[in-house]
Amino acid sequence: MMKLEAIIQPSRFESVKDALREVGIEGMTVTEVRGHGRQKGHTEVYRGREYTVDLLPKIKLEMVLPDKLVNTVVDTILKTAKTGKIGDGKIFLSRVDEAIRIRNEERGESAL
Amino acid sequence: MKRAVLCCCLWMGLCFLSVPLPAQTPTAARPSPASSAPAPDPAKDVNDKLAQLDERVSAAQSAGDNAWMLTSAALVLMMTGPGLALFYGGLVRRKNTLAIMMQSFAMMGWITVLWGTVGYGLAFGGNGPFLGDLAHAFLRGVGTAPNADYSSTIPQLTFMVYQLMFAVITPALITGATAERMKFSGTMLFMTLWFFVVYVPLAHMVWGKGGLLNASLGGKFPCLDFAGGTVVHISSGVSALVCALYLGKRVGFPKQPMPPHSLVLSFIGACLLWVGWFGFNAGSALAAGGLASSAFVATHFGAATAAVGWSAAEWLKNGKASALGAISGAVAGLVAITPAAGFVRPMPAMVIGLVAGVGCYLMVTKVKALFGYDDALDAFGVHGAGGTIGALLTGVFAQSVVNPIFGDGKPVGGRDGHWGQVGNQLVGVLFAWGLALVGTIVILKITDLITGFRVSEEHEVEGLDVTQHGEEAYYLES
Repeated sequence: MMKLEAIIQPSRFESVKDALREVGIEGMTVTEVRGHGRQKGHTEVYRGREYTVDLLPKIKLEMVLPDKLVNTVVDTILKTAKTGKIGDGKIFLSRVDEAIRIRNEERGESAL
Repeated sequence: MKRAVLCCCLWMGLCFLSVPLPAQTPTAARPSPASSAPAPDPAKDVNDKLAQLDERVSAAQSAGDNAWMLTSAALVLMMTGPGLALFYGGLVRRKNTLAIMMQSFAMMGWITVLWGTVGYGLAFGGNGPFLGDLAHAFLRGVGTAPNADYSSTIPQLTFMVYQLMFAVITPALITGATAERMKFSGTMLFMTLWFFVVYVPLAHMVWGKGGLLNASLGGKFPCLDFAGGTVVHISSGVSALVCALYLGKRVGFPKQPMPPHSLVLSFIGACLLWVGWFGFNAGSALAAGGLASSAFVATHFGAATAAVGWSAAEWLKNGKASALGAISGAVAGLVAITPAAGFVRPMPAMVIGLVAGVGCYLMVTKVKALFGYDDALDAFGVHGAGGTIGALLTGVFAQSVVNPIFGDGKPVGGRDGHWGQVGNQLVGVLFAWGLALVGTIVILKITDLITGFRVSEEHEVEGLDVTQHGEEAYYLES
């Protein structure tokens, strides 16, 4: 089992979500986050005082996947989340030791 | 035959005027003369009827004036709550929203008590040069009969409650400078002292009978202040500066960004202030006649050009006109037009607004940055500076044709040729500055000794809502 974390542009989120559903992914956790990589922020001015806002809004997707689905999902996200500009985001993959469904205490890949 | 016709005509006239009017003077309803036995003296009959007609016309005039004045009083109260509360509330950080709103609201409650018990008489009673007296303490003698010194067509109760709303908003303005770091207990004590030491004497000097700076009631240095440029804005603005300097900068100022947490609230507040200001300025005509119209128009025009001016200055400087700039500009214009509203024509009002809009923009961006003081919400930059600009320009643009306050045909301000008025304005301005400066320093020392003034650093970082009031403005998890 692999954990997939994807930080994407908020404007791409709906497309990514729809594409993932088509590929058979129904479970995910979505958070609104702020952050930046190499993308610069912007300046705001309030009564003559300037503030640099370099924490930009992004969407973070998290999901735990059976090994056989990982490549499909990565390709799907890459295809739908890409705009080609700086600020598109990143995908991180990490290994998961165990998954447990709380309702019936199922374990392993069938809990996903 | 002729007498009968005359009687009929007058009787019809009286019937036409017989709308139910609440009389302020407690005269019993007199029976119509036409229903009693024919009087032996026709001249006396006519005179009686004319006297009755006179009374009815007066009552009608009073009804119009009183309706406008009560409305104005309500509008001015609205300026404090929710106008100022929202305007300031949106400008502070989220953790201090309730605290700043509470400070305005507390004035609505507490100043009312002070005014209603002793404040009114101290400001508007007597005829001393500096202070009134306690003859009207607990509103003794203040009822529905007019006080002819101030307005002969409205009940004195109306006049008293109208002036009360001014006394409420003035101290509330100061909280803009001390925002995000002032104790609530210190606020209450400070404002109580400030009310007696600065506001009441200044109100008496400028507006009270016999006041040193009163333009129409025998002041030695007649200073034109139609609705409170000196009494309200300069006094609170300068006091705000003193407080800001005494309190010191907020933790993290100026490096840490502290942007307004909700410009939406500030926007709504500013618009409520603009609308409410019609009560503040046009209501200061104390009647519903032409002077009120004049002041209403001048107020609106001043606000408009100031908003345009500030926005234009910002657009030129930063390449963008901000919403915060536009609403700040409007407020600056309203402040500046306050002393001038009932003295200037509409075009000069536009000029005053424009000068204030650009002037206060420079105060708030350049001058504040230059000196580095933390006037958190620009109470001095807008009210102190705007009030000073407005007071001086009033001397320049005041015209007899708008308000012959020195007597019919006598010149009023520079535009009438009476340039000495600018000098009188300067005297008033200096008085207000001086009283506010000295009074505030003394009061600050006393307050600091008794309750303390500034919160501890931990409390400041945690936020005033939680530490001073035990509440959160937005409970986002619920």
